[in-house]
Amino acid sequence: MSPAQLDMRAGKSADLILRNVTVLDPVAGIDSQHDLVVRDGRIAELAGPGAASTDGLEEIDAAGLHAFPAFFDPHVHLRVPGQEHKEDIETGTRAAAAGGFSGILAMANTAPPVSTPADIESLREAARSAASVRVGFLATVTNAMAGEELTEMAFLREAGAIGFSDDGLPIRSARLLRRALQYQHLCGGTIALHEEDPELSGAGVMHEGAVSATLGLEGIPSVSESTMIARDAALAGYEGGRIHVQHLSASESVEAVRVAKAAGVQISCEASPHHLCLTDEAVRSLDPHRHKMNPPLRTEADRQALIEGLRDGTIDCVATDHAPHAPEEKEVPFEQAAMGVTGLETAFAALHTDLVLPGVLDLGLLVERMSGGAAPFDVARSSLAPGSEANIALCDLTAEWTVGENGYESRSSNSWCGGQRLTGQVVMTLAGGQVTYRLRTFSLGVAA
Amino acid sequence: MRHLLSIGDLSKAEIEAILDRAESFAEVGRRNIKKVPTLRGRTVVTLFYESSTRTSSSFELAAKRLSADLVSVKAAGSSVDKGESLKDTVATLSAYEPAAIVIRHPHAGAAQLVAGWADAAVVNAGDGKHEHPSQALLDVYTLRRRLGALKDKRIWIVGDVLHSRVARSNLIAFKAMGAKLTVCGPPALIPRGLEELGCEVEYSLDQLGEADVVYALRLQRERMQESFIPSIREYATHFQIDSRRLGRRQLLMHPGPVNRGVELSGEVIDSPQSLISEQVASGLVVRMAILYELLAAGDETPVPATGDGAGQPTPIGQPA
Repeated sequence: MSPAQLDMRAGKSADLILRNVTVLDPVAGIDSQHDLVVRDGRIAELAGPGAASTDGLEEIDAAGLHAFPAFFDPHVHLRVPGQEHKEDIETGTRAAAAGGFSGILAMANTAPPVSTPADIESLREAARSAASVRVGFLATVTNAMAGEELTEMAFLREAGAIGFSDDGLPIRSARLLRRALQYQHLCGGTIALHEEDPELSGAGVMHEGAVSATLGLEGIPSVSESTMIARDAALAGYEGGRIHVQHLSASESVEAVRVAKAAGVQISCEASPHHLCLTDEAVRSLDPHRHKMNPPLRTEADRQALIEGLRDGTIDCVATDHAPHAPEEKEVPFEQAAMGVTGLETAFAALHTDLVLPGVLDLGLLVERMSGGAAPFDVARSSLAPGSEANIALCDLTAEWTVGENGYESRSSNSWCGGQRLTGQVVMTLAGGQVTYRLRTFSLGVAA
Repeated sequence: MRHLLSIGDLSKAEIEAILDRAESFAEVGRRNIKKVPTLRGRTVVTLFYESSTRTSSSFELAAKRLSADLVSVKAAGSSVDKGESLKDTVATLSAYEPAAIVIRHPHAGAAQLVAGWADAAVVNAGDGKHEHPSQALLDVYTLRRRLGALKDKRIWIVGDVLHSRVARSNLIAFKAMGAKLTVCGPPALIPRGLEELGCEVEYSLDQLGEADVVYALRLQRERMQESFIPSIREYATHFQIDSRRLGRRQLLMHPGPVNRGVELSGEVIDSPQSLISEQVASGLVVRMAILYELLAAGDETPVPATGDGAGQPTPIGQPA
C-alpha cells in the first residue's frame, strides 16, 4: 500500500545547513554529530561536523542542539468546520509546527462532523492553503457520529480520508463496529477508537477513585475503557480488521491491548503526554483549564503502566489529543467545563522534562514514539537519512522556558501544563521540506 | 482566614477558635436586642443557585445580626435564568464591593472559582457534592456542647454518602477533632476509595451499637430510579434509624431536610437523643462566627474577659 497523502501549504523549499548538530534518528540508526545539509527541501547530506561547505546555503549554528525526525501526532482537534473560535487549520498547524511536528491527523468530531466526501475535499483544499504541517483528515465511522449507520466509507477514502473515527464518542453498537470492520476490507483506512462504555462512564467527570470520592465528583471507572477495548479487540480479531485505540489512560487498558497484540490482532494504540505526566491527584485543584479531559487523569499505578507500555512497545506512539476550548467553556465549575486540553506545543518538552531527564525514559525511545503514530495510518514516517524529505525537529534540550509566558500559537490557552517550567525547547521545525517554525529570539547586537 | 472554601483548610485550632466565637454569639442571642454593630456599613451577598431553607436563612440572619447590609440573590428569577455565567454574575455583584459573598452552587469548586474572581471573602455554602464547611462547623459545635471533646468518640455517618457534601465535610472535620469514623450505607451509595479519608466502611447497621453519635443523611427518593438501591422499602428496612436501632445513650443528628419514614423514623426525630433542632440553632451562631472571623477578626480591641477567666470566648461588642 502506498503511503497516505497528507496536505499542506506549498512554499519555499528549505536550503540550509545545521552546522555541528547532534543527529538522533533511532529508526535510521543515526546518533552522531554532523553538518546536516538540506537542499531543495531534502536531506542532501550528513557531513562530518564542520565539513560541509556553505555554498550559498543559510547556515545555522546548531552546536549543542539536537535534530530529530519531526514528530507525528495522530490525534489533533483542529475544530474545523464550525468551531473556529477554538482553533482553525492555520492556528492548529502553527501550534503543531511549534511543537516540532511535521504531520498531524485531524479528528472528525467537528460541528457538523466530517461525514461526507465533500467535507473531506473541502478540508484538504483548506489545508493546502493554510496548513504549516502536513495534515490528514479522518472521517467519522457513523453518519454525524450518531452511532446509527455507517458513513460512505469507500467514497470517503477515495476523497482522501486517512482513516475513520467517531472520536469524542465510543461506537456503542458492537454490531455497527463489526460492519465497519467488514467494510474496511473493501476500502482500507484504520479505524481509530475512543474507548469508553457510556453506561459505565455515566456523567463522570474524572477518574473514579479516592480523589473523586473526596471531591464528590462523579467518577469514570477504569473498566469503562478497558472493557470496550477488550470487546473491540475481539471484534477486530474476528473480522481481521485493523484498529487503533486512542488515548489509553488505565493500566487495565494497557493490559487489554497487550493481550490482543499477543493474540495477533491488528491493533495499535497511543498515550497522551498529560496521562504520562499527571495523575488524578492534580484534579484536587478543581482547575478545569488544565485537568479536565476525557479520558480522565488516573492514578500513579495507571501512569506507571502507560510508561511501561510505551517502553515495551505495547503503546505505539505519543498522541496529544490536542483539544482547544474557548475561555468561556472552561471558566466554569469543573463539572460544567468542556473536556480537553491543548498539547501540541508542549508534548515533547513536557515528556522530556518529566520522563527523560529523570531517567525514566530513554531519549531515543521518546523520539521514536513521538513519530510512531504515522505507521498505524500508513503515513510515511519522517527520517533523517540522506535522501529523505526534510522533516526535522531542531531542539535545544537544555533551554528552560515557561509554558504560555509568550502566549500560544494555538488560538486556545487550555494547556494542561500552562505556567509550568519545562526543559527542552523546539527551536526550529522543517515540515514537508519547508521551514515552518522558528523560535523567536531576541539578541542584542554589538554596537558598531 | 481569607475565605471559607473547604473545611480541610482549617486546623483544629482554627476550628476551635470559630466555635469559641460562636459560643459568645450564643450569649448575644440570649439578650433582648440580639444585634451587634460589628459589620455596620459592610455588605454581605448571599448567592444561592440551589434551593435552601436552613443555610440561606441562617446566613442571612447572621449577617443581619452583625448589622451588615444584605443582598440576597437566588438564581431562580435572576439573570442566571437569562443565561448569565457565574463569572459575569460575580462581576456584577462585585460592583457593590461586598465584604463577603456566600455562595451555594450545584457544582464542585464553584466557591473556589468565585474566590479567584472577586475581592470579597468567599464562604462556600455548599458546592455540588463536594463540601459544606459551615455545616461541618455547626455540627462539631453542636456535638462539642453535648459531649465536650470529640476525641475518640465513635461517629457513624449513615446513608447516601455518595451524593452528600455534608458527609465529606463532616468526615474531615470530625477527624480533625479526633473522632473515630464509620460510614455506612448500601454499597452503591458509598463512593469507591472513601476509606482513604480515614474512615471505616460498613454495609450494614449490625455494629451500630458501638456508635456514640449516629449521623443520618438524607436519601433522595429519585436514587431508586437510578438503581442505586432497589427500593425505598428495602432501604428503610436495612438502613433506617429507628427506636429499635438507636440506643438510649446514642445521639442522633441529621443535616435536614428529613425524609420521615425513610432514613429516620418519626419517633427518633422527636426523641430526646435527637440533636436536629439544636443543629439548626447552632447554624445561626456558627455562621455569625464565620462572618465575624472572615470580616472582623483582627479589627477588634481586646476586651477583658468577664466571668471565670481562661478559655472564655472573647466578648462581642455592645448591643446596637
